[in-house]
Amino acid sequence: MAELQKLTPKDFKSDQEVRWCPGCGDHAILNAVQKTMANLGIPKEDFAVISGIGCSSRFPYYMDTYGFHGIHGRGAAIASGVKVANPKLSVWQITGDGDAMAIGGNHFIHLIRRNIDINLLLFNNEIYGLTKGQYSPTSHLGIKTKTSPFGTVENPFHPGELVIGAQGRFFARGIDNQVKALVDIFEESARFKGTSVVEVLQNCVIFNDGIHEKIVNKNVRDDRTIYLKHGEKMIFGKERDKGLVRDGLKLKVVTIGKDGYTIEDILTHDAHEANPGMHLMLANMRHPEYPVALGIIRAVPTATYEDLLDQQIEEVKSSSKIKNMDDLLHTGETWTV
Amino acid sequence: MATTKKKIEREEVVIRFSGDSGDGMQLTGTQFSNTTALLGNDVSTFPDYPAEIRAPQGTVGGVSGFQLHFGNAKVHTPGDYCDVLVAMNPAALQANKKWVKKGGTVIVNIDSFTDKNLEKAGFESNPLPDLKKGEYNIIEAPVQTLVREAVKDLGLDMKSIERTKNMFALGITYWLFNRPLNHTELFFEKKFAKKPEVIEANILALHAGYNYANTIEALSSHYVIKKAKLEKGTYRNVNGNVATAWGLIAAAERAKLPLFCGSYPITPATEILQELSARKDLGVKTFQAEDEIGGIATSIGASFAGHFAVTTTSGPGLALKTEAAGLAVIAELPIVIVDVQRGGPSTGLPTKTEQSDLLQAIYGRHGESPAVVIAASSPSNCFDYAFEAGQIALEHMVPVILLTDGFLANGTEPWKVPTMSDMPEIKVQMVDQSKADEEYLPYDRDPETLVRKWAVPGMKGFEHRLGGLEKMDKTGTVSYVPENHQVMTDYRQQKVNMVAKRFPLPKIEGDENADLLVIGWGGTYGHLHTAVTELQAEGKSVSFIHFNHIYPLPLGVDQIFKNYKRLLVCELNMGQFADYLTIKVPGFKYEKYNKVQGLPFTVDELKQAFNKILEEK
Repeated sequence: MAELQKLTPKDFKSDQEVRWCPGCGDHAILNAVQKTMANLGIPKEDFAVISGIGCSSRFPYYMDTYGFHGIHGRGAAIASGVKVANPKLSVWQITGDGDAMAIGGNHFIHLIRRNIDINLLLFNNEIYGLTKGQYSPTSHLGIKTKTSPFGTVENPFHPGELVIGAQGRFFARGIDNQVKALVDIFEESARFKGTSVVEVLQNCVIFNDGIHEKIVNKNVRDDRTIYLKHGEKMIFGKERDKGLVRDGLKLKVVTIGKDGYTIEDILTHDAHEANPGMHLMLANMRHPEYPVALGIIRAVPTATYEDLLDQQIEEVKSSSKIKNMDDLLHTGETWTV
Repeated sequence: MATTKKKIEREEVVIRFSGDSGDGMQLTGTQFSNTTALLGNDVSTFPDYPAEIRAPQGTVGGVSGFQLHFGNAKVHTPGDYCDVLVAMNPAALQANKKWVKKGGTVIVNIDSFTDKNLEKAGFESNPLPDLKKGEYNIIEAPVQTLVREAVKDLGLDMKSIERTKNMFALGITYWLFNRPLNHTELFFEKKFAKKPEVIEANILALHAGYNYANTIEALSSHYVIKKAKLEKGTYRNVNGNVATAWGLIAAAERAKLPLFCGSYPITPATEILQELSARKDLGVKTFQAEDEIGGIATSIGASFAGHFAVTTTSGPGLALKTEAAGLAVIAELPIVIVDVQRGGPSTGLPTKTEQSDLLQAIYGRHGESPAVVIAASSPSNCFDYAFEAGQIALEHMVPVILLTDGFLANGTEPWKVPTMSDMPEIKVQMVDQSKADEEYLPYDRDPETLVRKWAVPGMKGFEHRLGGLEKMDKTGTVSYVPENHQVMTDYRQQKVNMVAKRFPLPKIEGDENADLLVIGWGGTYGHLHTAVTELQAEGKSVSFIHFNHIYPLPLGVDQIFKNYKRLLVCELNMGQFADYLTIKVPGFKYEKYNKVQGLPFTVDELKQAFNKILEEK
């Protein structure tokens, strides 16, 4: 095989003008994806970027790869078809909180359950942007939007909870403006065999500006987020003095050196643990009680749908006497006139 | 087996097996038709069963029927009225007695004619004495008693014994029509290889029925039906669903592409998905999706990835798929959507046949969204039209909707199997990898056919984006330019219109001008053909034309229609094809003959309707 030409992020930029609003979090995510793809060592023609509908779903047009901009909510199903048909491809699904959690909720959970090797990037801005500002399934209770002028009366989905509930094997979270961390996360999600879901806390500058600000603002984010790394202690804070310990059936934030807690007491992150209990607690941590977990929260590989299917096809092919259509036409009960 | 009974030679016979939905009537009917086909008769079958798996026992609503028609010449329908009715209980008799020919034979399981069962079936008193007074030959067979006796030494539980009742009934009919038992014996030996007691019980019950018929005086004769004169070749029995599945696999083979089917189970289409999922030996990938939309959306993904992709469904599912079908239209990706029509709207009559999805198939998408629509017209030619659907989709880069229906899907007939090398090669519109250095324009078109070229992920140098937004002519980039939308809409329409060039004009059956032209489409062919042929034999001035290619219509149809005094469009809906013809082939008066009862036409009612028109002139 010929030596793979070294690709750069520029190789992944299409000739289309990027039409997201200035200041939209999507720009940074696009850069991070292009950087990631250049790092992966996969030929450009083997990438397929698939989406549904929404601001985030315009993504494929800005990538100089194979791309498909589908219909609302169906990105997961279209991507499933692409990957199952040709498992050699690196398939990326770009989606948002409306596309994946509302109209596409069914495809989303079934994709995860099947564990098809797709890298799903979920841009969560807790609002419908492209239709100009209606609440989404991830909008917090009580939010006032154009379709909830007196506040919503419905509880939001938390994507991580839904992923783990659907037997997800990979869940990670990142912030749109932390491109370097995003590249690390995307690389790991791309290399993970199986459905990997990355929730990106993304800012809609027009219709929900600052929705994640209380977490991601540079002045507070070290104290309000925790970047999890497999095998490392769950420590966070500007002074790196806070940590997570187990408190009965829950997690608790403690300060190292206070109340008798030492570094030994702090939990060590195990992203590879098959039991989802701890991962669910980590994914569900919310401000102000807890820091919001970033990084790879769960990464537990298992057989993928497409591998099992291909394996089954090979097994049946090798044991069956039917090798082509003529064979099939003449199997079973036939008679000659 | 030797018999001393009198033999009556018949050209054709219709038998209807009926019983509770758990009585095994479908199996019984299938066994009879397979055995009969192997003997060289032509056979047409019509399974008619309730939507419930085990509908309330003993009620008319729970009756499952299987009608078959066989003869010494080509038979085109499963027959209107039966010569022999097998009724396993009073409800089966209640539901089917009107379908017995005068002078016909009714075999009843007399053990089931209890007061309770008669009441459940809605009989105020035992109807058998009255039926006997009429012109019916009633055989009161104590089926339960005799099967219990026949299998008593096997030590089976009562439930297993009861299950062999249908074989007793089959045995009676085998004797009546002089059929050998070995085919059915072989079937049980294969099917229950690991349960020898089940094999033995069924074979004992089958023989018991056969011997019972041979012994009793009630049957004074049995029938002989000579072999049909069929074209030379290898034959098999096939139903419309299996033929459809095989036609799709055949198309994939001739296109040298892998086959992908994303689908969701729905009556009466499910069997296609089942058959395809069993064909892993031929590399078929099936994906049982989470819903109908997932079915077509995965297929669109697989088509984008370069597979021959199909999805299978029935009316309600077609409705759910329409948005995604529009995506395939604008993306100009090949896909076949099979709609096995059933009674609607909504859940309607899930197990019954109808042709009422026609306008949904032709027009049922948002926006200007043309797709090709074709229809099969017999169980076995579902193979040919499934193949052709694939051929059109792949050669014209367009979604194709194939219409079949519950009648074709479940009905069977002997089929002369084709040889694959005789099937046309399918010319896939894939780009030439050697031209990777040239600029690839996804929406550059063949000037003759307006077909674009297909490039799929993994092909170096052809990276491009498709999607649901309107595309710029040639380049395929997103375009909101008003004039461009017109241009692309025109292209998509013209591309589909041009498919008409490959469609032959339907053959006229009968004179090129007559008092009446009967017009049909899809699954009604057999009944219409038979009715018209019978009237022609009586010297009536009636001809027949039947359509398989619906959208676009073959060119020049008006030149045919103008030669007839009256045009009568017959269909199992409220007149959808007639309305469609009014738009597409204007200038004619289309009269309608319609039926929506979840049942096929009967030849009898059609002849009456045609005669009425012929007498009016």
